[in-house]
Amino acid sequence: MPLHVLTPLRQRFAIPAAANAAAVMMVVAFIILAGSAARQVLAPLAASHASAISLAPAALPSYTLRTVMRMFAALVASLLFTFVYGTCAAKSRRLEMVLVPLLDVLQSVPVLGYLSFTVVFFLSLYPNSMLGAELASVFAIFTAQAWNMAFSFYQSLRTVPTELDEVSRSLRQSVWQRFWRLEVPFAMPGLIWNTMMSMSGSWFFVVASEAISVGNTQITLPGVGSYVQRAIEARDLGAIFWAIVAMSLAILIYDQLLFRPLVVWADKFRVEQTAGTIEPHSWLQDLLRRSTLVAAATAPIDAALHRFGRARLALPRTLKLPGTAILPRWLIDTVWYAMLAAAVSYLLWRLLSFVGATFNVADIRSIAVDGGLTTLRVIVLIVLASVVWVPIGVVIGLSPRLTQLLQPAAQFLAAFPANLLFPLAVFLIVHFHLAPDLWLSPLMILGTQWYILFNVIAGASAFPRDLQELAGSLRLRAWKRWLLVLLPGVFPFYVTGAITASGGAWNASIVSEAVSWGSTRLSTRGLGAYIAERTAAGDYARIALGVALMSVIVVLMNRLIWRPLYAFAEHRTRLD
Amino acid sequence: MPSPSIAPGWTETEAAAAQSAPVVMELRGIGKSFVHSGTAASPVLAGVNIVLREGEIVGLLGRSGSGKSTLLRIAAGLAAPSEGQVLYQGQTLNGPTEGLAVVFQTFALYPWLTVLQNVELGLDALSLSAAEARRRALGAIDLIGLDGFQSAFPRELSGGMRQRVGFARALVSDPLLLLMDEPFSALDVLTAETLRTDFLDLWVGRQLPTRSVLLVTHNIEEAVLMCDRILLLSGKPAHVAAEIAIPLPRPRDRLDAACNAITAQIYTTLMARLTAETSTPNHGADTIKPLPNVSVSRLTGFTEVLTASPYGGCAELGTIAASRGLQIKEVFSIAAALHLLEFAELTGGAIKLTAAGRVFADSSVEERKRLFREHLQCFVPFAAHIHQVLKQREDHQAPRERFELELEDHLQPSEAQQTLRTLIGWGRYAELFDYRDDIKSFLLT
Repeated sequence: MPLHVLTPLRQRFAIPAAANAAAVMMVVAFIILAGSAARQVLAPLAASHASAISLAPAALPSYTLRTVMRMFAALVASLLFTFVYGTCAAKSRRLEMVLVPLLDVLQSVPVLGYLSFTVVFFLSLYPNSMLGAELASVFAIFTAQAWNMAFSFYQSLRTVPTELDEVSRSLRQSVWQRFWRLEVPFAMPGLIWNTMMSMSGSWFFVVASEAISVGNTQITLPGVGSYVQRAIEARDLGAIFWAIVAMSLAILIYDQLLFRPLVVWADKFRVEQTAGTIEPHSWLQDLLRRSTLVAAATAPIDAALHRFGRARLALPRTLKLPGTAILPRWLIDTVWYAMLAAAVSYLLWRLLSFVGATFNVADIRSIAVDGGLTTLRVIVLIVLASVVWVPIGVVIGLSPRLTQLLQPAAQFLAAFPANLLFPLAVFLIVHFHLAPDLWLSPLMILGTQWYILFNVIAGASAFPRDLQELAGSLRLRAWKRWLLVLLPGVFPFYVTGAITASGGAWNASIVSEAVSWGSTRLSTRGLGAYIAERTAAGDYARIALGVALMSVIVVLMNRLIWRPLYAFAEHRTRLD
Repeated sequence: MPSPSIAPGWTETEAAAAQSAPVVMELRGIGKSFVHSGTAASPVLAGVNIVLREGEIVGLLGRSGSGKSTLLRIAAGLAAPSEGQVLYQGQTLNGPTEGLAVVFQTFALYPWLTVLQNVELGLDALSLSAAEARRRALGAIDLIGLDGFQSAFPRELSGGMRQRVGFARALVSDPLLLLMDEPFSALDVLTAETLRTDFLDLWVGRQLPTRSVLLVTHNIEEAVLMCDRILLLSGKPAHVAAEIAIPLPRPRDRLDAACNAITAQIYTTLMARLTAETSTPNHGADTIKPLPNVSVSRLTGFTEVLTASPYGGCAELGTIAASRGLQIKEVFSIAAALHLLEFAELTGGAIKLTAAGRVFADSSVEERKRLFREHLQCFVPFAAHIHQVLKQREDHQAPRERFELELEDHLQPSEAQQTLRTLIGWGRYAELFDYRDDIKSFLLT
């Protein structure tokens, strides 16, 4: 399984720096310009979009259901996006050079940062109903999932094995048939694994996006997130406890009823035709398979899907895009490059003129300090989390019994939205009069450190037994054994986990650097707090500036820290 | 194209009849070059002319890497020729078309589809109704002996059964011309034999709609057992170097004298080619030859076997391959490597250790290394060249890329990579130079 996680990274890191810089530029310009547009849209929308939230535990099941449904809607949207975007990027050389770097940068933009823009945008689409707010929430979850999924799909399409490709061509499958009969099935294991990972990250965002206030606009969607928000305002620890219970159950049910069966199902799409390795297992899948009633009920759906995939829907062979036959390839290329260059220059010009007119030197200086502080926090916390969790993960991973027991727990903790736990932490900080500047920091990594743990566990449990035995038979001293054998063995897995953890920490900074408990407000200086405060004030231009800076820092960290580490891990310690 | 040498027992009238059967496909002046790194194009095939007629199985025989699979892909429309044209039923071929079907070496089944669904895949292009597609797929499954396995997934099947699915998928669309790319080479000997016989039974019994078969193989015996004509592909770039007709009745017996005679004839022809290719002088840095994928331990093992009884330093390659359970092409590459290093001499189908080769086989490890080092420097100019470059450099280091580029001026990229791998292995053993993969550099030992 972890291989599926590693391959998209390899692809991501193969993007040339120039393309990446252009993409960063485009995204930053877009964020800032969207911010300036949002200011003009919001004025007529200063209405409240708040539902009354009841703190009674009995109301929680229905809130939880609403939250879960939002998650599901976003999942469907992400899947559609993935099919279209991934296919375009994989099939067209010209689109690929734009779409792939763009995707890489989009993955680095903090989802919670631009929530305020999307809220404004969707509210302006449906000004008098909750639909706009609902869409904004779904969109936030969508942006937390879609990029990763699209990348995985694109990567799979680019690596369809030659022989399967030749079969498809020699059998003269149409584009449609090839897509549904070969490409989608081939991409399925990677796609499902990545969907699962993205989902686990998005619980955090669904909770955060349900209750936000942008300037004068209050948004409270019925859901677990709003319930917790209301509990914070009412200083109700009991309600927070019930919310945590409800969320845990929801995640467990999602895992058991949706992803476990999907993973088992996706297993049949693996191309390696060897039996062996541990087959994933799902009680639900077993149940469904054994039931003849279910089989009878799904048979017509099965047949319809089969017909859907087999339909030819072929374009006539002679059909070509107008012009392609007459114009030489280099000419189209030149025109395409010119168009790209024009678009980038236009955005750059708009960006510079906007920034010049809106921000002064003091703005830039203060935000630079904030950015530095948060960067420092992220780095220190990742180092601390690594020091703690890598050894523990290795120990757990080397024991099959412990792995079986604790790996699901680590995955559950990674999925659990840590922002539900923030009130507890704040309560403790307030109660014991702790220094917020120091004690708010660990909240950033509260939810994402588990990615390090479970990736290291996965790495250690996949560690070849013979290498372990060799280390034993050479009677290496304990520290040498760790340094020479175990740590290099889990290193690629660790890097994968740490990349996810650090990306998550950046996102979390927006909700963890400024927190409240009833009327008590705690905050510490940093880029996250900067964005959160500007969001509360409805200062769109500065939100955009903060989000843009954060995106740039994340991209730079990926390039300067994670990419070299990843290349090193891949090259030095690959076992195949 | 050389005129077919007519084997004994083949009457003039039969030959004439075969010559006049309708043409199914014609390859005219086919050439193929792979362009790499934007500049030099290295030709793999040049001037290949082949005519496939109704009622015949034509074998395309050659060593691995001789371009025969590329040629089959061109015939299938999966690859476009750089030169020449393919005429199928009198029309120029521009891609896969109705009536052509391919059986792949690696089976290439979709692992997520059942046997039945995989076979139905062969009908996707025909827009049949679901019921009709099912009926025809079941027919093909029945024909090829897969009855009862319809709902199995490929991973549950043995190699032989998987390839049967490959055959059924190809035959279900009633192809006029069946193109087979080493269809039996991924199977064990017994399974391959069974599947081959079953296929020939269908062919001889005229139970197949197929009118003509092109079979790519590196297995001489297989070609002799199956084909009506064998084309030997050889040279660089590869062309049809010889054509051998096999007018023997089927079923053929590998122990039959006539069969043996033809096998021997092909064997000699191939050997003569191999010797001609490897014995051209290779002194001087400008004659860069690809090195085979042979490790030093294989070389030493092989010389040890050769010096021991019953060979006493001299053996037929075929005998040695059979007795050691090696594939003939493996023995080819080992023999070619020994020939190149002048540890052995390759004449016809036989290999004979040189004096140096005998010493090499009998020496201690240190002595062997010394000898190997001498021969490597002497007879593999490129190894000496690397050593020289490293010595001249101040830090005694040179990037891999540098040598890669030099090799690619003369060889195909895949050959260059292979040659470099072999050079690294040999150089390390000889302690002539070392290579560090993390910095992708050669350095002096």
